Amino acid sequence: MSDNLLEAIGVSKSFPGVKALSNVNLQLGRGEIHGLMGENGAGKSTLIKAITGVYPRDNGQILLDGVEIHPTSPLDAEALGISTVFQEVNLLNNLSVAENLAIGRQPTKKTGTLDWKKMNEDARRILQKFEIDIDVTELLGNYSIAIQQMVAIARALELDSKLLILDEPTSSLNLDEVEKLFKQMRRLKEEGHSIIFVTHFLDQVFEITDKITVLRNGEYVGLFNTADMTKMDLVSKLMGKEIDELHEFEKLSKEQKHKEHQEVLLETEKLGKNGYMAPIDIDIAKGDIVGLGGLLGSGRTEIAKMLFGLVHTDNGGLKIKGIHSKIRSPKQALMNQLALCPEDRKEESIIPDLSVKENIILALQVKQGWFKPLSAKKKEEIAQKYIDLLNIKTPSSEQAIKNLSGGNQQKVIVARWLATNPNVLIVDEPTRGIDVGAKTEIQKLLLKLSGEGMGVLFISSEIEEVVRCSNKVYILQDRKVVNELHDDQINEQQIMHAIAAKGDS
Amino acid sequence: MDKTKKPLPSIVWPLAALGLILLFNLIFTDGFFSITIKNGHLFGSLIDILKRCSPTMIMAVAMTYVIATSGIDISIGSILAISGSVAALLVWGGNTSYLSAGADVQPAALFFIIVVPLLVSMVLGAFNGLMVSVVGLQPFIATLILMVAGRGMAQLLTGGKVLNFSHKGFEFVGRGYLLGIPFPFIIAVLVIALAALLTKLTPMGLYIQAVGGNKTASHYSGINTRMVIFLVYIFSGFCAGIAGLILTSDITGADAGFMGLYMELDAILAVVIGGTAMSGGKYNLKGTIVGVLIIQSLTTTILTRGVPPEYTLLVKAVVVLAVLIIQSKRTSDFIEKTTAKVSKAGAA
Amino acid sequence: MISAAKLGFSRRNLPIIATMTVFVVLYMIGGMTFRGFLTNRVFFNLLTDNAVLGITAVGMTFVIFTGGIDLSVASVVSTTAMIVAVMTQAGVPNLFVIICAILFGTLLGLVMGFIIHYFDAPAFIVTLSGQFFARGFGYILSLDSVPIQYDFYQKASSFGIRIGNGKLTLPAIILLVVIALGIFISKKTKLGRNIYALGGNEQSALLMGLPVGKTKIIVYTMSGFCASLAGFVYTFYTLSGYGLAAIGLEMDAIASAVIGGTLMTGGYGTIFGTLIGTLIQGVIKTIISFHGELSAYWIKIFVGGMLLSFILLQRVFVAGSGKRD
Repeated sequence: MSDNLLEAIGVSKSFPGVKALSNVNLQLGRGEIHGLMGENGAGKSTLIKAITGVYPRDNGQILLDGVEIHPTSPLDAEALGISTVFQEVNLLNNLSVAENLAIGRQPTKKTGTLDWKKMNEDARRILQKFEIDIDVTELLGNYSIAIQQMVAIARALELDSKLLILDEPTSSLNLDEVEKLFKQMRRLKEEGHSIIFVTHFLDQVFEITDKITVLRNGEYVGLFNTADMTKMDLVSKLMGKEIDELHEFEKLSKEQKHKEHQEVLLETEKLGKNGYMAPIDIDIAKGDIVGLGGLLGSGRTEIAKMLFGLVHTDNGGLKIKGIHSKIRSPKQALMNQLALCPEDRKEESIIPDLSVKENIILALQVKQGWFKPLSAKKKEEIAQKYIDLLNIKTPSSEQAIKNLSGGNQQKVIVARWLATNPNVLIVDEPTRGIDVGAKTEIQKLLLKLSGEGMGVLFISSEIEEVVRCSNKVYILQDRKVVNELHDDQINEQQIMHAIAAKGDS
Repeated sequence: MDKTKKPLPSIVWPLAALGLILLFNLIFTDGFFSITIKNGHLFGSLIDILKRCSPTMIMAVAMTYVIATSGIDISIGSILAISGSVAALLVWGGNTSYLSAGADVQPAALFFIIVVPLLVSMVLGAFNGLMVSVVGLQPFIATLILMVAGRGMAQLLTGGKVLNFSHKGFEFVGRGYLLGIPFPFIIAVLVIALAALLTKLTPMGLYIQAVGGNKTASHYSGINTRMVIFLVYIFSGFCAGIAGLILTSDITGADAGFMGLYMELDAILAVVIGGTAMSGGKYNLKGTIVGVLIIQSLTTTILTRGVPPEYTLLVKAVVVLAVLIIQSKRTSDFIEKTTAKVSKAGAA
Repeated sequence: MISAAKLGFSRRNLPIIATMTVFVVLYMIGGMTFRGFLTNRVFFNLLTDNAVLGITAVGMTFVIFTGGIDLSVASVVSTTAMIVAVMTQAGVPNLFVIICAILFGTLLGLVMGFIIHYFDAPAFIVTLSGQFFARGFGYILSLDSVPIQYDFYQKASSFGIRIGNGKLTLPAIILLVVIALGIFISKKTKLGRNIYALGGNEQSALLMGLPVGKTKIIVYTMSGFCASLAGFVYTFYTLSGYGLAAIGLEMDAIASAVIGGTLMTGGYGTIFGTLIGTLIQGVIKTIISFHGELSAYWIKIFVGGMLLSFILLQRVFVAGSGKRD
């Protein structure tokens, strides 16, 4: 019998245009709680999905008890003894809590009919372990996400698997609930089960895990003993320092960072929304690249959504070029010369069946209004202009955007917004999940645009790019702006300190 | 370096099907392609197809846009009946007392006979649009309401009877010929032209596909997604209204109980056969036109060949299924796999 | 905390409570307006007259539970009756006639379910071509009305258990049995729960290890079976088969389900609700026929109005169902 329960050796996985995992390892001992860490796009979920058979891996081995496995679906993995709670709760809101725990293996009476009484009793007993006292006959959908998450975990635990994978299970739990979950995790550990725990909460990792595997950009950073690490160590492992081949590029950005005082393009005054984002005061001036630093869930995207009218703020206001403006919809944001390349390319940006050209001119057309359609010639001109400018690799402007690689899709979306000639460009994770080449191209572009006088709000979970590009960084924690760094203060050490400050202070 | 073959345009399959039907007739049906002129009107099987398919064509054009927004409108058969009933009622001057007494009736002006039903239809379309875009109902359910209630309303208007009439001016809509061509077909061409103009000369066409393809992204891009959906359903109502005028005028009567019954299904079918996916996001207007022609020429072929008309539905069922299966992902995957294997084998 | 559920008034019961209330109110309106309305006879006639719709609607409801739709049911009803008529005319033994009739819809449902699952094809279009197929097949059997001569059908049409001045007829009994079976399947069997699970979230159901494909196929088969059974029952009234019969019945069946509180998106609803939804349509018909001066088309207007109000009610109910901790 092997020492390790699960071992992944050199696992790789590519999607069209993206290398999601490249040569990644994982070693999980018996009775071990193992933290799997990494920023967005680091490949955590892809690795989990490769282990649980959601996707087949391209290369590498996955050994369970020393035997190579090839699960073809999460169900298949479950049969092998690997049960998983995925990030999005995969339960049935239309059924009762008890049924969600039992479905597929419901207790039956001698007659073969369902034994609801026993099912409900079982459910109460199971949830008691989590000290959850709820009406198990009520529909799951009527409970909070936290309860739903706990039910999902309870269901997975009931399978009595050798290995339990929890993908971001705590993101919607409060402290109390997290404690209850940890108690269960410790119990399982004592019983000899192993757990892979994916999270982005540093405190939790240090509290519960024995070992940590860190991934960055689809690559394996290393395996560490939790006890040997400081929080600072972990943050630097997570954020990493890519080997930067582009010294010239660094110079360019350094030159730009020392700028004269410029006209303020966008300024917020205590802009906030209750329970969503604490009031913020930020400003973006001409030629600025303003970075937002903070871990996942700290409020980076929330700021973008407030500025762009996607959520309705309930206090404070904002000024555009010194004039108080109300932005209640993306259309108004657009008319106020704002632009937003959203975080989720698939859900929020691309219109899959439409051509590259149509995707590019979409926002410009909206800005022009219903009665000033762009001529076919003009559309083609604009599309060609940006295809050349941004070096978008596509057979033609007529190609459906869904057939492009992630990086090129992202460029098309940037083009969509550049075409509207914005004063302020908000980019939310513009380089996530795209290859290195496209990444530096996009970074260069942002620098070029700011050099031309555009204000850029740059949201990224990769600290080097923030450092490399920004001349001002706001530090976020828990949906609050907690710090502000300028020009020379902006380096990785400072930012990491500021981000990690919370727990240590 | 790039080996990606250009995929066949999606219109190829429907065109091939239409071609097959016509080819069949060219070989086996005598005189199918002959067009003669009688009293300055064109006559022949082909002309007959064009005339008969016009009402469905008009509704299918609108349905194409509705489906492209990832919606559906099953109320158009009922809206058609309401439009026709209003028109018939207006021909009778707005009352049905003639049915009991031989009273004199004063027909409304032709302008009103045409315009009022169309306005009514657009209002009904607006109701659908409101239910889908603002209230946020599932399109099927939203339009089911009017599908059920609308037919009752049409019958209420006609007093549950078949309203026959005679009105030289209005009869031209469904029975007239202009330059030898059946007038309904001219209307259909005009509607297609109007639709093409609206979608090409304004950004509407782009917005419809954007909303159907990704509503969130469309919203993020500043598109007023509710307005787009709302307008599409109004247009659908409008087109059903026109089809109602044509049918009523053609049979010089409004049979509120049966007019347009199941026509919404034919329209949807034509759209799907034409290559527009029911999931929305992309429309194929040319495909829809071909789809309508396929259904009608199939029917006409069966009729002219002396095959009992009862076989029409069976043939339709088979054709629909065949088209559906050919367009399915599983089939395209299968074809891809086998061609890959074949080319591999060829290379080796 | 006193849970609302303990008071027997959970939000989740709201649609069915609303439906029941409407049914009772309509029935009372009928009772107060017309003499002889509140009699056993009227009530049992309600069951008898709506048996075909009710039986069809049970199958339809199961399909809608999964988030699907079956547009073929009306033509299956009509063609099943036609099959019975044509086969009896040919002198085929009655047992064989019944088996063939029931098999017709069941097999058609099976095939449609298979195509929907295997080709991942839209249920709307697949069952629409099923509709064409069944209707077309009926026309081929005969374009005219074909009378049914067998004694069995004459007897079946006059059979009934007297209760007061009412009569529990064979169609009513079959309706009640189908409803009871439907309730049993939906609540007491794994199949029933899998059907709800499928409609709740197909992806989740798959990840939870439920037999999604099999369930889908079974549901369309069940709907086909119900439609065929309804077609068979239909012959007790008409004692004939006619190709144009039962036109538009599929929409009435959908209306029964929706009025009964079933959500078209799938996952929510009850078979009992469908019975009430059917009976509400029946009461409307009865009231209008008692009234005498209101024409039949008012039924459609009322049913449409009912649909609108129930859907809006559900909308409010869904939007208003706040999360609890």
